[in-house]
Amino acid sequence: MAGEQKPVDTSRRARLELRGVKKSFGGAEVIRGVDLHVEQGEFCVFVGPSGCGKSTLLRMISGLEDISAGEVRIGDEVVNDIPAAERGLAMVFQSYALYPHMTVRQNLSFGLENLRTPRAEIATKVDEVAAMLQIDGLLDRRPKDLSGGQRQRVAIGRAVVREPRIFLFDEPLSNLDAELRVEMRGEISRLHGRLGNTMIYVTHDQVEAMTMADKIVVLRDGRVEQTGAPLELYNRPANLFVAGFIGSPRMNFLSGSVEGGRLRLENGEAVRLPEEGFSLREGSAVTLGIRPNHLFPAAGEGSGLHATVRSIEQLGGDSYIYAATPTGDQVTLHRPGQTDLQIGTDVYLDHDPQVAHLFDSTNGQSLRQV
Amino acid sequence: MGSAGRFLTRTRGRGRLHWTDWLTYGYLVLGIFLMFGPVIWLVFSSFKTDAELDRFPPRFLPYAQQTVSLDGYDKPLPLFRVTGGDLEGEVVAQVRRIGLTAQVVRPDAPGEVIKIARGERVPVERVRLATENYRDLFERFDFMRYFWNSTFITLVATAITLLVNSMAAFALSKYQFRGRAVVMALVIGVLMVPQSVVLVPLFMVTREFGMLDSLWGVIIPGAATPTGVFLLRQYMLTIPDEILDAARMDKASEWKIFWRIILPLSAPAIAVLAILSIMWRWNDFLWPLIALSRSENYTLQLALNSFQGEMHTQWSSLLAMTVLTLLPVALVFAFLQKYIATGIASTGGK
Repeated sequence: MAGEQKPVDTSRRARLELRGVKKSFGGAEVIRGVDLHVEQGEFCVFVGPSGCGKSTLLRMISGLEDISAGEVRIGDEVVNDIPAAERGLAMVFQSYALYPHMTVRQNLSFGLENLRTPRAEIATKVDEVAAMLQIDGLLDRRPKDLSGGQRQRVAIGRAVVREPRIFLFDEPLSNLDAELRVEMRGEISRLHGRLGNTMIYVTHDQVEAMTMADKIVVLRDGRVEQTGAPLELYNRPANLFVAGFIGSPRMNFLSGSVEGGRLRLENGEAVRLPEEGFSLREGSAVTLGIRPNHLFPAAGEGSGLHATVRSIEQLGGDSYIYAATPTGDQVTLHRPGQTDLQIGTDVYLDHDPQVAHLFDSTNGQSLRQV
Repeated sequence: MGSAGRFLTRTRGRGRLHWTDWLTYGYLVLGIFLMFGPVIWLVFSSFKTDAELDRFPPRFLPYAQQTVSLDGYDKPLPLFRVTGGDLEGEVVAQVRRIGLTAQVVRPDAPGEVIKIARGERVPVERVRLATENYRDLFERFDFMRYFWNSTFITLVATAITLLVNSMAAFALSKYQFRGRAVVMALVIGVLMVPQSVVLVPLFMVTREFGMLDSLWGVIIPGAATPTGVFLLRQYMLTIPDEILDAARMDKASEWKIFWRIILPLSAPAIAVLAILSIMWRWNDFLWPLIALSRSENYTLQLALNSFQGEMHTQWSSLLAMTVLTLLPVALVFAFLQKYIATGIASTGGK
């Protein structure tokens, strides 16, 4: 606990390790064995659909929720039985959870008072953090007099001022409008660069995950689906779930069986498959994954994947074309520039097999050869 | 004044009174009369002399007969206006009354006694506040002691009530523990038991603790009220748990969370309970009557009761003391009611 008080940067960083962590509420298991390492100073994002247990996992790390099985280590210390207050962490909540009856200054000082920091030191630290987050003009206001973005800054300030070993963020930007969200995203990233603390950030927004993280942990149903750097997850998704979750718009999936090095769809059409990098077995059921920007109208009429255009979104600089194959699969094309395709027309699509993904249809795992 | 005046004289009809205006104002005036009539009657009556209180039909304002001090008479003599006979129209002072005749003197000639018929004179009266009713309370009766007893009981009991109830409400609203539902059901169950049912057991328990005939015997038994626990719990349920979690992350102890977070945020509900508790305690009669027996422990309500004897009731003192008893509660209410109105605390959330 003494370490977190020192103003030296490296002492504030701590690594986090989860070993076989489980959590059940009554009979229902919501976290089903999570193993994870977060290195010192790393920005780690937990991402997953709602109900995947990412917030629960964060609360277990914070100590607000107890751990049914497994162990949580912060630094070299097992903290399973250490109460939240003693773990030296700080958390930014989704609803900000500012103390409504206290001014911004009191909100920021409350934690330091509890740490028995001398008064003068509290004042200096609060002023410093307030200046850093540009809330120094608001110190005498109450939360109800602040805008959403300002409250968000105060909530972050309350965490920063405590100089915690690890920052925990629980969907902190979900209550902000789109523009502010982008701004705060950049701000939190800069904050991380500046403080260098270990940060754990929970979100359901994969854009936040992609833009901010050093490491992304994709969760589903209380299990870790894949862990890795953002582009690693994008380029080499380990399974169908991650492939579908990371990347926007969603990756296109076509299922069929391997036949002569091509993918034979249900209706008999054949699509090119990657020639190398994947372990292919003749006749096996596989799912081909193609990012929307790797799909394009075929050069020659009558060859490639047949689809009918259902709707078109023209954004000026980009176009999204939503089409359906005769087998009923939805495919999305992301084309740069503007398109002259019309709704209802039939198109033949081709793709670049070198950047395609291939998954085993039975268990969803990637067939990529390591 | 401007805006209040405009507010009070608003009408539906433009320029003239719509029939709903008549109805509304009529109803409101009736309401004012029903609510303030008795209080105003009480206040005026408390300034009447015993003679005036006995008078029938009663008069609204406190009148008192004028008197004059004359040489040769020890006491001030009451003044009468003569309505018939030789002295008609003159004001005389009555020396004594014998049967149907009254012996009177002219104020300017106090030596000459004149006899007139009793029916031929009416008392000379004017409005006068009988402040001696109030003075007597302090001089002849130990008003300050009763006042102190009532104040002590009210303040201490309210403080204990607020503390005990808010702690119970905190636990019942913010902690998950085995048996919480049972405890809550019990609290609500007790809410349905009338006090008179538990009066005898309560008396016996109080006696066993040796608290009978002491102020603590009045304070302690009623300190934890199910109403208060219920009211505060319902309010505390609306405080987001994330605020408590934030405080825990801020290294606040549970005790500190209670003092620094829960209590300030529950202030509106606590103010309501404080007002209720003050009014209950100040106006409580039955339990103090049972628990207290020596008159130096009496509360104001018991003292008021003791003015009412089997043979004789001292109305003037009783009424004056009633007015003084009403005042503190009225002041408390006037002061605290804005906390009820400005109640709902804004949460620190979105």
